[in-house]
Amino acid sequence: MAALLRTLVAYVEDKPGVLNRVASLFRRRGYNIASLNVGRTHDTGVSRMTIVVEGDARVSHLMEANLYKLVNVLSVEDITETPAVVRDMALIKIAVLADRRAEVLQLIEVFHARVVDICPATLIAEITGSPDKIDAFVEVLKPYGICEMVQTGRIAMTRGVESDASRISNGQVSETVVTAA
Amino acid sequence: MTSSPTPSQNTAPAKIMDAPSAASSTDPSPVELNRVCTGSEILWETLIREGVSVMFGYPGGAIMPAYDALPKYPQLHHVLVRHEQGAAHAAEGYARVSGKVGVAVATSGPGATNLTTGIANAMLDSIPIVCITGQVASALLGSDAFQEVDITGVTLPITKHTFLVTRPEDIMQAIKEAFYIAISGRPGPVVVDITKDALQKSANFKWDASPVKLPGYRPEHRPLPADLQRAVEMIHAAKKPIIFAGHGVVRSGATGLLLELVRKTDIPVAATLLGLTGFPASNPRALGMMGMHGEAWVNKAIQESDLIVALGMRFDDRVTGNLKTYALKAKKIHVELDPAEVNKLVHVDLPLIGDVREILQLLVPHVEYRDRSEWLSHIDSLRGKSAVIDIKHMPDNGKLFAAHVIHDLWRLTEGKAIVVTDVGQHQMWEAQYYRHDFPNKLITSGGLGTMGFALPAALGARFACPNEEIWVIAGDGGFQMTQAELQTFVQEGKKVNIAIINNGYLGMVRQWQEFFYGGRYVATPMSSPDFVKLADAHGLVGFRVTKRSEVDEAVRRARETPCTTIIDFRVEQMDSVYPMVPAGADLDAMIRRPEATPAVAEHNPIYETGKDE
Repeated sequence: MAALLRTLVAYVEDKPGVLNRVASLFRRRGYNIASLNVGRTHDTGVSRMTIVVEGDARVSHLMEANLYKLVNVLSVEDITETPAVVRDMALIKIAVLADRRAEVLQLIEVFHARVVDICPATLIAEITGSPDKIDAFVEVLKPYGICEMVQTGRIAMTRGVESDASRISNGQVSETVVTAA
Repeated sequence: MTSSPTPSQNTAPAKIMDAPSAASSTDPSPVELNRVCTGSEILWETLIREGVSVMFGYPGGAIMPAYDALPKYPQLHHVLVRHEQGAAHAAEGYARVSGKVGVAVATSGPGATNLTTGIANAMLDSIPIVCITGQVASALLGSDAFQEVDITGVTLPITKHTFLVTRPEDIMQAIKEAFYIAISGRPGPVVVDITKDALQKSANFKWDASPVKLPGYRPEHRPLPADLQRAVEMIHAAKKPIIFAGHGVVRSGATGLLLELVRKTDIPVAATLLGLTGFPASNPRALGMMGMHGEAWVNKAIQESDLIVALGMRFDDRVTGNLKTYALKAKKIHVELDPAEVNKLVHVDLPLIGDVREILQLLVPHVEYRDRSEWLSHIDSLRGKSAVIDIKHMPDNGKLFAAHVIHDLWRLTEGKAIVVTDVGQHQMWEAQYYRHDFPNKLITSGGLGTMGFALPAALGARFACPNEEIWVIAGDGGFQMTQAELQTFVQEGKKVNIAIINNGYLGMVRQWQEFFYGGRYVATPMSSPDFVKLADAHGLVGFRVTKRSEVDEAVRRARETPCTTIIDFRVEQMDSVYPMVPAGADLDAMIRRPEATPAVAEHNPIYETGKDE
């Protein structure tokens, strides 16, 4: 059985060592990170993390509260139960000679993936989608022989109005946060 | 035999310190500068403006530029400790007694790593300290240079925050933020690591008196009015309520409000170790300490209660015992400043996030009296005769028990001294037999359980309150860990009295070996130097006490002696702390005091006179 996964979105200050602080917190408290993605945002000095962790709602509340205790963390939201777009990207190198290339290209098309490199004995497919879709894509490609693959880790964004953006831009994050369940 | 005076039924001052404010600065209004200073000068100028007057430290290579500039600032008193761990503990002792931020200074590498025990202690007990460490020059960072340690990395999990400063122009802001973070919200330690070149180079210094703004740091929380209303309803509905007083009561100065709450509601109060001074022991509703070495009837009452109002505490495992069976019948209201402590270990029905004092201010006007006589008399029946906490009538059988020593110290100081305890059996006996009637008069290492804490912490406490009587109570083991700080007292001309509860063992470990490890006393028998001669070697005064009849005289002479004194109390070696919840056991499954058979009474007069159950 796969463990329950929670998805947290955290805005953090883009300063040296912040990723270390977040990772250290999760390690110290014994929370298992399934995926962690961090990158800059349109706001200068603000990075956004998408953290997928194992745990239930109670654990997630504690993680949120602990993240808030980090001085460089601007805001945290557990979006597990919020309608959201969740995306992952993968590059997959497949061992395929000319004779079966057409088959593979067809699969790539079905999955709305695309070919980004073709060599005589391999090709690289790029796929963007939900983690499930990528898993399925990997499954159908396995019989052809996957030479290597790399994934970005999940990034997520809630649908509709993004509450956090307004919370940050005025520098005053509201105090609605973190009371326990 | 002496009869003990009862300290007056104390109603503690409502407020023992200023509420943590944005900065601990009390505006010393120094001359406003706008000129080029070295990083070292900026460091000291900033500390002065943060209200610092004393700091505890030890110089070394990387921090030398800062020390070199120190003589320009006579308003900053530097106390040279004998080991950096002592500097961190002294800063803690200072912070706990003064309510201000304590400051420790050390050099890079080993100087910085020696601070870590004190930093971890401050983290677990929520003590505001700022540790300033020198670091190798910024060009050498990451090169394993001489005395280079990544101290901001090392201390990351044991601090509220850390700063690595590599430019002189960043020093003022880092220090300002460090002080603000250390003391605001749930207090804690902050490390500011400054490279040697940042101390040596110059930058323009212009004091920025504006409050610190950190966009991601929101230390203050307030509960919703609806939740407060619900808390009032839960308190009114409860038939068997109990209040827990934790460290938060002491730190926020909520004792007066807690007394008012108890007066209005007639709810009894149990305390954690660090919350002991938050509610006067002589109050009829005081139950004393709960948990591993709390009285059995207190723990039993907790297990039977239907409502727990937990104030500023975090349900440590030493308080709860086995979580699966802990207070299952009780609904829980958790008043706590740190949201990450709520529902961490114990499921809470109603969290009230915020400062204990502020929340009690909102709550107390709305609570009403309910008749609790049935519940109170039930607790009294649990108490029965079983807890012989009041040992003043115990006969003197010629032997010296730690409990007697500590009880006598309470009697002779009228409970008014600041007591600084170390960690181990004596610490628990102190909690049991020194009656705490005044807020913030007990300084001890709770969460981390740091042996060697007491002596350096007392050094800091002494600088925070020059005139109050201070007693260090330490075991022979813990005292030997940091005894080098005796000479610091000499160099500074400062007095405290030191009671060494000397049983020739690492007593608490020996006790666990007796109970849980088949009586195999491995690595616990411990020899000690002649503490009287040790005092003499330091130019101090020492006494030895082997009989109870000698206690009064020794204490009297120690108090009269103008310098620091040591009393070596040679107590019973095989005595144990009772009662005791074995680690991980149910809270009400306690190892009780030996029963009052004549043989036991002969061995140990601190037995239980009532039956268990």
